Amino acid sequence: MSATDTTTTAPAAPAEASEAALRNALARTPRPPRQSAVGSILTFGWRGMLKVKHVPEQLIDVTITPVLFTLMFTYMFGGAIAGSTQEYLQFLLPGTLVMSVLFTTVYSGVALNTDMTKGVVDRFRSLPIWRPAPLVGSVVGDSVRYAVAGTVVIVVGLILGFRPEAGVGGVIAAMALVVVFSFGLSWVFTTMGLLMRSPSAVMNTGFMVLFPLTFLSNTFVQPDTLPSALEAFVDANPISNLVSASRGLMAGSVDGSDLAIVLAVAAGLTAVFAPLTAHLYRTRG
Amino acid sequence: MSFGDEGGLGDMNSDLAIDANGLVKVFGDTRAVDGVDLAVRRGSVYGVLGPNGAGKTTTIRMLATLLRPDAGSARVCGHDVVADSDEVRAAVSLTGQLASVDEDLTGRENLILVARLLGLGRAEAKRRSDDLLGAFGLNEAEGKLVKNYSGGMRRRLDIAASIVVTPELLFLDEPTTGLDPRSRNQVWDIIRALAGQGTTILLCTQYLDEADQLAERIAVIDRGKVIAEGTPSELKASVGSGTLHVRLVDSEQRPEAERLLAAEFGDAVRLESDPAALSVGCPDAERAAEAVGALSRAGITVGEFSRGQPSLDEVFLALTGHTAEEAEEIDDEDDEREAA
Repeated sequence: MSATDTTTTAPAAPAEASEAALRNALARTPRPPRQSAVGSILTFGWRGMLKVKHVPEQLIDVTITPVLFTLMFTYMFGGAIAGSTQEYLQFLLPGTLVMSVLFTTVYSGVALNTDMTKGVVDRFRSLPIWRPAPLVGSVVGDSVRYAVAGTVVIVVGLILGFRPEAGVGGVIAAMALVVVFSFGLSWVFTTMGLLMRSPSAVMNTGFMVLFPLTFLSNTFVQPDTLPSALEAFVDANPISNLVSASRGLMAGSVDGSDLAIVLAVAAGLTAVFAPLTAHLYRTRG
Repeated sequence: MSFGDEGGLGDMNSDLAIDANGLVKVFGDTRAVDGVDLAVRRGSVYGVLGPNGAGKTTTIRMLATLLRPDAGSARVCGHDVVADSDEVRAAVSLTGQLASVDEDLTGRENLILVARLLGLGRAEAKRRSDDLLGAFGLNEAEGKLVKNYSGGMRRRLDIAASIVVTPELLFLDEPTTGLDPRSRNQVWDIIRALAGQGTTILLCTQYLDEADQLAERIAVIDRGKVIAEGTPSELKASVGSGTLHVRLVDSEQRPEAERLLAAEFGDAVRLESDPAALSVGCPDAERAAEAVGALSRAGITVGEFSRGQPSLDEVFLALTGHTAEEAEEIDDEDDEREAA
């Protein structure tokens, strides 16, 4: 038996061939000039696209829901409400376009809430970039999802016999308007995404807000058939303006005041909730 | 709490990568960080050692500008963490406690993403990512989603992402927590290589041997306060000159061995959690040999014994009255081992 000195001994670094590669990779690199804000936003948009590429299933809810809505409402209520499914489809389709795309905006909040629980947010927040870039980038990326959801509704509608009088231009204009409004609305959900504890809380609350807002609008019926109190609510609901404007754009006769209200509400939501989201993102955690 | 060293000292302290004074962060009624001072020399590896919940991560997050201090001030690479947070972020990289990588992207995409955000052009970003993947032994997994990576691969990717552009200062928050010994050694080799290139590293860890192996200086932090600071040998010396560890063949003989050793060294004998093991402060090898001789003369069979410098575990025990592992469970209770 002999006393051994147990001062911890460092395991010798394995002398591997990769040593040279490691040294080469660790060589100090000059710091490139800072990326522009627009560049960062586009890079984060690219990140969103990559996620869709890796998990295409996440587009399913964005595509199946609008198809179901359009089919269900056309064939269940069409005869009862408008006398024929074809006539009702002509009235309904711009509404289901709005509804489908607006429902998609909730996922912006859900995705941000999920992100916040992961370490990658620390990486983004410690990079020398324009600080709201991850948020703006992902909302811009989400706009692509909105366009996908909208396209699916239009295609289903065309197959069922929907004929927009204003043609391709009208449809594109309506779609653009819906995407712009959704961009504004999604900031409400990103704010919720940063305030709430879990993705499912964001999802449930989001739909709790959106269901009444979309159903209590002129999406399914003409407001003048409603009890007066409800009619007042429906008329005041900006989603009614969005649905009217989309109908108008696709039919070729849009009411300027609807357009103005929709754009003003989108701008207002962005002005209030985008800075609020950015502030929460900067200060939380 | 000190609020000194405000402004005007840029030149005087230019050899400091981190100069923190009286940092405080309060969450609710918990003072997570309660007046932390740190001075980290440029080009050194500095260990911040403490148990879970000691305030290590909160300190790092304030220094990396992710959290705003409630009181105190800090300059990182010469820039104030509150007033010049942009400049601080341009100089540092953070490898967080949760791996700071995107699990839904591939390893290669993660590195390209960071490279692009740091301002590298498309081709340059790809070239740099491929170099790093090769150097960190990740090229085979480069096309796999990170959520399918092992803990060690994730950590290596995380560190690779932190050095896409060489930072002046790298924060490593518990880089080997949860890793198997082999992956841990790989990460240690990377840290040593980085330090060899002159990158300043602030290493937070709850593993005493990790700080001992890698860091030139160590701050021991407990309940939001720095309770000791120095080189590993200084810390060890402050506790005592050495320890004799004895393991008996028959654990029933331990009480007798304890009595004998206590008499021999006139010092409190520590009973280890292993029922056959005990240890006692012992200044030199000769005394150790004598004590072991005395034990066998008394008919106590010694299975193994060793003498060495005190481990940082013992340092932690001496400084805080509890070991690093116990720190979470113990609040105001006395350390049972010390009472024994």
